[in-house]
Amino acid sequence: MALAKLKEDATLARLAGITLPEGATWATAARSDALARLSAMGLPTRRDEYWRYTDPASLIVADAPPAALFDNGEGPLFAGVDRIALVFVDGVFDAAASSDLAGEGLEIHRLADVTQRDIHWAKDLYGTLEHRGQHPVERPLAALNTAFASDGIVIRATAQVSKPVHLVYLHQSTTSDATLHNLVRVEAGASLTLLETGPGAARLSTCLEVDIAERGQFHHIRAQGNDHERRAVTHCFAQLAAESVFKSFTLTFNGVLTRNECVIDIRGDDAVAHVAGACVGDGADFHHDDTVFVTHDALRGESRQVFKKVLRNGAVGVFQGKILVKQGAQKTDGYQISQSLLLDDDSQFLAKPELEIYADDVACSHGSTTGAIDETALFYLRSRGVPMEVARNLLTLSFLAEALAEIEDQALADELQSRLEGWLARRT
Amino acid sequence: MLEIKGLQVKLEEEDKQILKGVDLSIAPGTVHAIMGPNGSGKSTLSYVLSGKDGYTVTGGSAMLEGADLLEMEPEERAAAGLFLAFQYPVEIPGVGNMTFLRTAVNAQRKARGEEELSAGDFLKVVRAKAKDLQIDAEMLKRPVNVGFSGGEKKRNEILQMAMLEPKMCILDETDSGLDVDAMKLVADGVNALRSEGRSFLVITHYQRLLDHIKPDIVHIMADGRIIQSGGPELALEVENNGYADILAGVA
Ligand SMILES: Nc1ncnc2c1ncn2[C@@H]1O[C@H](COP(=O)(O)OP(=O)(O)O)[C@@H](O)[C@H]1O
Ligand SMILES: [Mg+2]
Repeated sequence: MALAKLKEDATLARLAGITLPEGATWATAARSDALARLSAMGLPTRRDEYWRYTDPASLIVADAPPAALFDNGEGPLFAGVDRIALVFVDGVFDAAASSDLAGEGLEIHRLADVTQRDIHWAKDLYGTLEHRGQHPVERPLAALNTAFASDGIVIRATAQVSKPVHLVYLHQSTTSDATLHNLVRVEAGASLTLLETGPGAARLSTCLEVDIAERGQFHHIRAQGNDHERRAVTHCFAQLAAESVFKSFTLTFNGVLTRNECVIDIRGDDAVAHVAGACVGDGADFHHDDTVFVTHDALRGESRQVFKKVLRNGAVGVFQGKILVKQGAQKTDGYQISQSLLLDDDSQFLAKPELEIYADDVACSHGSTTGAIDETALFYLRSRGVPMEVARNLLTLSFLAEALAEIEDQALADELQSRLEGWLARRT
Repeated sequence: MLEIKGLQVKLEEEDKQILKGVDLSIAPGTVHAIMGPNGSGKSTLSYVLSGKDGYTVTGGSAMLEGADLLEMEPEERAAAGLFLAFQYPVEIPGVGNMTFLRTAVNAQRKARGEEELSAGDFLKVVRAKAKDLQIDAEMLKRPVNVGFSGGEKKRNEILQMAMLEPKMCILDETDSGLDVDAMKLVADGVNALRSEGRSFLVITHYQRLLDHIKPDIVHIMADGRIIQSGGPELALEVENNGYADILAGVA
């Protein structure tokens, strides 16, 4: 097979230039395993079905394409929130700018430290959920992350933690290429809120593995932005035990290329998993891809996917979302909606919603729509004296409202909402 | 206040003439009513005056206090003092009724060079006016017109009118779909706004609204023209005999 050979050669060539980070035996083993997985799969190309709508080339090339820094003057997000802030600058941990690695009901470490130790709970999680998440769909860039990530944050929540942990990803070098791998273990009955914000680097790869024990709750709120030329590929692998809750929301501004993969594995009964996202993109070089895979392998699981994209001036949005209900996962309640608002004829939304169901007593639904601003509503607002551009922005926010409503913490939601208002206002 | 002369309008998309020369002169402080069979062009007239897309003006003029309405954007017409209470108020999911009202009020104030109302002042005013229309706090919080009953939507239109304090108010079939109590509430809301400097154009199918909002002049519209004008007794004649006699009389 000429194609397979080409892919193998390209993969070998790309991997030749990088070496695995040093670490304890278990870490080296986990990284070598990931490298072996990756070599077997090969790096993705546009010809792969899973990358049909998004070209991975610029996520793979040896040198990250440069990205200019962009400061819109709005200041850092969630600065007023009482939180544990952990700062990475172009993928390098900045201890001086960060809070202490401690908090009530929390164990927090740097991955770079943990991987030097012979014994640590992280050893059972690192690369494990990523490995499992390679089936039934291959995610080579996640294996690439596991193999080569040398830093990140490792968090264990042992109680209901009130202070969110905030990973702040700063971008200061126009040519930075950052790879971060984060681990979260929420113990039985514990809860944790994780915030992630910022562009992080010219090219950022993050991989988050989340293991939630019985009755554990994990809330994840992320904002990706604002630098126009930044690129990011992110993976989130979550495993849910009985009666646990996973809720993740991502807001994306700008960026040439963003691919967010979220892989959720519901393994315990009565678990709840919600994953939502909103993005706003302006210009033909904006490309945003949400790829979600939810597996129900337990009774009475509830999953919900809500994705909204606002696209203008030729921006491109992609949604690939799947609900897989395994045999025996009775009483599953699965929901998926993906919608785009195209602000002009040049913008484009590509959606591939999928349901695959092997249980007979389930309620699953999905829908996908593409639309423009509602002219009737626009006229109604204008007839009340609201200027055209303000009215369009109001209707755009109204379109996004359903996705933002997925955020439970109202203060955090309000802050993201005001960033959206700012983004729209800068374009009017 | 409002001077319409020989207004001719066709659909933009198809070659269909809807208004065939409408003349209407509304003095400040007066209430005019337009009645007429379905499809005669009443809503079209109200839409064209407020600047809705989809219509082409092929002749005539419409001036509000000497300013050419037809040259203005819809929001400019609103800021100039024109208000249309819609026959079918539009639902806007995701936009709170209160946000909508405040955005509209402040946009108009800004357009007129007035200072914007503070959140606190706005709240005070809106609460008082909403109370008169029996609109509760819960309805103010909900998305604009979403899940509102027919009566609630119409009351919400009147609330907007009360907040925006326009000079020229057009009410398009505000009575349709209302029970007697709701109609009384709406009519009281309108009557409370009657003043020397404010005029009304009340479009209705039925005489019964005009029992509550007493018009100075009644016009009958048919096939894109105003075919007869008179005092309030004209509405009674329609109520008793229908349009047939009037239409026959003109023909
Ligand atoms: N946007 C439109 N598209 C097609 N026909 C229209 C449109 N607007 C109005 N009409 C037609 O114009 C005529 C007048 O309609 P309308 O103004 O709604 O009448 P009324 O309000 O008096 O019942 C009707 O024949 C109607 O079907
Ligand atoms: Mg009508």
